[in-house]
Amino acid sequence: MDVVLLSRMQFAAATMFHFLFVPLTLGLSVMVAYMETKYARTGDETYLSMTRFWGKLFLINFAVGIVTGITLEFQFGTNWSRYSEFVGDIFGSLLAIEASTSFFLESTLIGVWVFGWKKLSRKAHAAVMWLVAFAGTLSSLWILLANGWMQHPVGYTMRNGRAELESFMTVITNPFGLLEFLHTVSGAYVLSAFFVMGVSAWHLLKKQNMDFFTRSFKIALVFGLVSSLFVAAIGDTHGVHVAQTQPAKLAAMESHWETKTHAPLHLFAIPDEKNERNSVEFGSIPGVLSFLGYHDVDAEVRGLRDFPADERPPVLLTFISFRVMVGLGTLFILLTVYGIFKRNRLADSPNYLKLMLFSIPLPYVAIELGWVLAEVGRQPWIVYGLMRTPSAVSPIAAPQVLFSLIAFIAVYGLLGALGFYLMLANAKKGPVTASQ
Amino acid sequence: MELDVLQSIWFFIWGLLWAVFFMTDGFDLGIGALLPFLGKSDSDRRMMINAIGPLWDGNEVWLITAGGVTFAAFPKVYAVMFSSLYTPLLLILFGLIFRGVSFEFRSKVESIAWRNFWDACIFAGSIAPAILFGVAFANIFQGLPMDQNGYHGSLIYLLNPYGLLGGALFLMLFLVHGALWLSIRTSGPLHDRGMSAGGNLWLGLLVVAVVFLIATWFSTSLYSNYLSHPILFAVPLICVLSLVCVKFFLMKKDALKAWLASCLTIVSATFFCIIGLFPNMLPSIPDAAYSLTASNASASQLTLTIMLVIVLIFIPVVIGYQLWAYHLFSDKLSTHDLAEDEAY
Ligand code: HDD
Ligand code: HEM
Ligand code: HEM
Repeated sequence: MDVVLLSRMQFAAATMFHFLFVPLTLGLSVMVAYMETKYARTGDETYLSMTRFWGKLFLINFAVGIVTGITLEFQFGTNWSRYSEFVGDIFGSLLAIEASTSFFLESTLIGVWVFGWKKLSRKAHAAVMWLVAFAGTLSSLWILLANGWMQHPVGYTMRNGRAELESFMTVITNPFGLLEFLHTVSGAYVLSAFFVMGVSAWHLLKKQNMDFFTRSFKIALVFGLVSSLFVAAIGDTHGVHVAQTQPAKLAAMESHWETKTHAPLHLFAIPDEKNERNSVEFGSIPGVLSFLGYHDVDAEVRGLRDFPADERPPVLLTFISFRVMVGLGTLFILLTVYGIFKRNRLADSPNYLKLMLFSIPLPYVAIELGWVLAEVGRQPWIVYGLMRTPSAVSPIAAPQVLFSLIAFIAVYGLLGALGFYLMLANAKKGPVTASQ
Repeated sequence: MELDVLQSIWFFIWGLLWAVFFMTDGFDLGIGALLPFLGKSDSDRRMMINAIGPLWDGNEVWLITAGGVTFAAFPKVYAVMFSSLYTPLLLILFGLIFRGVSFEFRSKVESIAWRNFWDACIFAGSIAPAILFGVAFANIFQGLPMDQNGYHGSLIYLLNPYGLLGGALFLMLFLVHGALWLSIRTSGPLHDRGMSAGGNLWLGLLVVAVVFLIATWFSTSLYSNYLSHPILFAVPLICVLSLVCVKFFLMKKDALKAWLASCLTIVSATFFCIIGLFPNMLPSIPDAAYSLTASNASASQLTLTIMLVIVLIFIPVVIGYQLWAYHLFSDKLSTHDLAEDEAY
């Protein structure tokens, strides 16, 4: 196997793994901060044990998120050194800003939160959690502006054989990055809400700590409903933006081969990349793709055949990822809307609770596939239109990368298994109540 | 600001970030490496871990920031440094990964084998990075085998005598630093063990440091900047004096002052090397024409300017809240603290 493929696999493994933990950090920090604020305001002990219980799950998750992030910070240099030289001016700056504005705040304050229960007042302690949540969100803003720049480079000039910064303001107001930020953070909130609802559902089904878990469920339900609607709305806007900036990705997302006006959306299709067509397609609704891409049923949508073969992303993976993500997104809205009607009769709705329990993994699937869509759909470019992935890789020997890839898989496999085991064990244990 | 002035400022900010990283994460790596030696019982070991529990994570961000700033200000150095030192860097990162999760995981399951496993990870994940950072930096000071086709070396190559000496130096610095921090945060037998380990290790550190200074004369050209500007010898002098102060305060049984002196030792030792290196960042052994320097590896003037403004605003803020956190968590731990739900 060549260095490019190995490096891509390693990067994909490392980021996808990091992103198994990040979304829960982003969302659960907000919910824990909310619960603790309730406690600081009302003095109600249930809110305190909610803070402690969900806080503990948060911390286990956080630990794995942090350590896997650290390797990512260096992977651009280790495996994509030519890319790093090419984009350091802009991309590197965003990473440096992320570290100095967000990671410091988050990592320093999480220590204060964990060990500071006796040292700070209730209100100050809750405020620390809000700052942790704020710092996490801020860090995702910077990293997604960095990713947004790879997807849609702006504010640069080509000089000295690299992309040099021309306008910092343009870089940090890149609409692509800002849309990614809103969509990813709201996706993270959906995931966290489903996590809290799912764990609560398990306890409600067992009829234990009813008050505690009913309250937790309801907080998460509202959070989940709002963010499910939001993630879909932003996703739609995001799609329009992708249509303008990355037409090849749009065509691959929809497996749309021929350039047409009134482009149809196929409810079901199977792409056949070799023959440049869909081997099966049915349920085609004319004009819908034009509408989704350009908010105009008459718009012309470029098909894949009009792109040179070496500028097309892998169609099948991009296409499936998009379908599944959108399907799941719709399901999340249905589940949360239904939940709102059931909210006062949760304990009497075992089927709904079971459904919510088994839904815990679904947002994880949606959020990972969203990234597969974004990153695989960007291929063959590492910086869209400017630099191709194969010319970005480090001049290192393949066996070195093969060896590190195996090490990553082994280490992360072990960490992932242990991390999820500990979360599961602690989730099942339930809260420590004030009387204990 | 002129480009070359900016580049020089950034060179020293780069050095400062590494120095602060060694100064802060140094003591928690040191405590991790001392864990099996000073932690005789499980409660000793928990005490040691909780002595750094609230702080290690914030300390480690100095590493991430040093990496990020290298990427932003000297993209070429970031690219060559981390792809050349691929294997040692990944070993460091894997070490830090296991160490990081160990703190969180070790007390979450009631089993002796489980705890012993994570304690072993803390030990390995502390001692290996401590040594490897020294090996990597000593090799940089010495110069890397780089030509127009990039770097030609291997992990085994990096383990040359001077590289290993650098590893030993870093390890000793961190061990002393860790023993002193432990003494600040504990009382009773653990405090005493920290103090006496600090004293014994100090002797070892002294020996290694002297050998390192001599070997540096023969293996590197770090002294040339000093010979052309003798006033700069003030920096190694501060380093030696602060190292002596460590021993002085140890004898006076003042752990806090000894630790502060040790902080100064680490920072001035790093600056001794950084000043000697200037303006090189990654010197090439076969031919200086292939060396990466502050001027041929830097980002554009605009990036350097904007990042300077950002760093000048945010780094002081960071230092402010980190000092607050240190202030909160420099008191002595008691066995009572270990009974808390959140203790590691
Ligand atoms: C729980 C997670 C989740 C859910 C329910 C959805 N998405 Fe999503 N989606 C993501 C999580 C996500 C993501 C992982 O966060 C991505 C990857 C990159 C990004 O910005 O967000 C993403 C990317 C992404 C992209 C590609 C952006 C790019 O190429 O950079 C589009 C067009 C959409 N989404 C559209 C949608 C639509 C129309 C949805 C309708 C329900 C939807 N997403 C639901
Ligand atoms: C955390 C969520 C993310 C996930 C799950 C993810 C996933 C992936 C995947 C699957 C690939 C491989 C694509 C391929 O080679 O076909 C990839 C490549 C890459 N991604 Fe991401 N990505 C994420 C976020 C980011 C961000 C935020 C950045 C930049 C700041 C980034 C930068 C890159 C780079 C440099 C590559 C390698 C070059 C390439 O294959 O194009 N990724 N990512
Ligand atoms: C591929 C690019 C990425 C890099 C280089 C990266 C880097 C890092 C690093 C170094 C850390 C540890 C920080 C610490 O010690 O506090 C971290 C953690 C974190 N990252 Fe990433 N990250 C990437 C992708 C993402 C994405 C896409 C998001 C969010 C949308 C994200 C959000 C976070 C958050 C919230 C944390 C805090 C702790 C946690 O993960 O649980 N990261 N990341």
